[in-house]
Amino acid sequence: MIRARGLARSFTGRKGREKTEVVAVAGVDLDVEAGEIVGFLGPNGAGKTTTLRMLTTLLRPTAGTATVAGYDVATQPVEVRRRIGYVSQSGSTLPEALAGEEVVDHGRLYGIPKAQAERRARELFEQLDLDGLWTRRPSAMSGGQRRRLDIAMGLVHDPTLVFLDEPTTGLDPQARANLWTHISTLRAERGATVFLTTHYLDEADALCDRILVIDHGRIVASDTPEALKQQVAGDLIELTVADPVQAAAAATALSSLAPGSTADVDGTAVSLRIPRAGRELAGLLRELDRQGVALESIEVRRPTLDDVFLTVTGRSLREDA
Amino acid sequence: MNSFFRETWVVFWRQFRIAVRNPAWVIIGLAQPILYLVLFGPLLEPLASQFGVDNAYTIFVPGLLVQLGLFGALFAGFNLVAEWRAGVVEAERVTPASRAALLVGRILRDVVQLVVQGVVLIALGYAFGLRASVPGMLYGLLLTVLLGAACAAASNALALTTKSEDVMAPLINSIAMPVLLLSGILLPMSLGPQWLQTVSDFIPTKSVVEGIRAVFVGNFGQPALWGTIWAVTIFVVFVVLGTRTFRKENA
Repeated sequence: MIRARGLARSFTGRKGREKTEVVAVAGVDLDVEAGEIVGFLGPNGAGKTTTLRMLTTLLRPTAGTATVAGYDVATQPVEVRRRIGYVSQSGSTLPEALAGEEVVDHGRLYGIPKAQAERRARELFEQLDLDGLWTRRPSAMSGGQRRRLDIAMGLVHDPTLVFLDEPTTGLDPQARANLWTHISTLRAERGATVFLTTHYLDEADALCDRILVIDHGRIVASDTPEALKQQVAGDLIELTVADPVQAAAAATALSSLAPGSTADVDGTAVSLRIPRAGRELAGLLRELDRQGVALESIEVRRPTLDDVFLTVTGRSLREDA
Repeated sequence: MNSFFRETWVVFWRQFRIAVRNPAWVIIGLAQPILYLVLFGPLLEPLASQFGVDNAYTIFVPGLLVQLGLFGALFAGFNLVAEWRAGVVEAERVTPASRAALLVGRILRDVVQLVVQGVVLIALGYAFGLRASVPGMLYGLLLTVLLGAACAAASNALALTTKSEDVMAPLINSIAMPVLLLSGILLPMSLGPQWLQTVSDFIPTKSVVEGIRAVFVGNFGQPALWGTIWAVTIFVVFVVLGTRTFRKENA
């Protein structure tokens, strides 16, 4: 559904008298199969939005190629536009227009006859829990309703591929969970392919079949959330000992589980990351008991996508989010 | 081509509906020509003989027409900045619709506003004592529309380029002010000293104003020809320029 090779974009700017070239996307290779829900992750400034704008024909690549929904973004943009839906971060409706009319007019710009566009729009209002808001102004809607209206705008022409740019940014937790359901439904009921960017790792985890991580304008990781977590991180075992004097003994016991690694010691807290911690736990406890280490607590944490992110990009996604 | 007209219509109708639902747009739009005519017209009446015409309103109404065309339309771009900020422009640009249709549909809204204002102005002028050639008035309205459409296109292009009301407002004012004064919109330039007349010769809209004044008194001679040439030229240049801005990426 999407195939990009060496897709790159740089902007020329001016710094005083000198021309400077800023590379926003350095060369992205990515493939998305039909029917996939793919999450596109990256810190701010990593090139997420620029990549998305190239894939949706809003920005011409300076190098490389991309085929979207079967057509080349640079040479056949109109064909691409016919087949994709794009829900941008910045909204898509005028605050003082009427919600229903905005969706119908948008559909008509795709060449859909008026009656058909209206039927489809009403259907979408029902599916997206916007019943009764047909004549409401977007300015009088809640953030969640406006977001769903933007999604209705993006779906009015039944696209086979939908791009969502940070669909849940700024929504409260309930509205987010509600939107996730709608996004999963997109594929389940309509077989649509979904490509979404997000800042939220739990969102990517909950929604996506596959995650692409972009950093400094390049794809640095691409796999299922589970595989990514297993590959790069492993489980975290955290021990708290009662007496700081015993911390060293606990660290030795913990380190022996994974040859070549050393546990971190911070006061009474001792931690180590190892794959499949569950298997090692019984042995570890016996060893600690044998050495007479008194434990306050023991905790095993499964790796999170944030751990993955930290490993592949060297920074936490939340730092500059 | 067929789809171009359909898309233009969709864009126009959306713009028009939103505008008409805003009472301020309707009231201010209609009040403008009325206020000028009522508050300024009577001052000119005693001066008619100095202009060398029998009917002062054949000088005054054409000037007001051009003023409506210039000023109303030059501020049309402010709408577009708001739309751009709301994400509407980007949403329209991911549709297969022709970029030219996105601009022309918007210009059409301003043209409709201008035609209504112009008709109100002429009708009210008649009530005040305007007596002019009917084909002349229609032709004058047409030239006004060409000029207004050009200004709307320029204003929309400026809006997409600057994306900021704060940049646009002073820029438009600093262009419109000298153009307004040097076109002889309120008073004919022939009243001024020679140097002022010479400067005003470089302002193409002066030719348009003089062309409209000529046709109002039934004179379709040389001034009308020059007015037409300039109106058409300005129209073509700015509509092409505007369409190019809509086509440009990042806009």
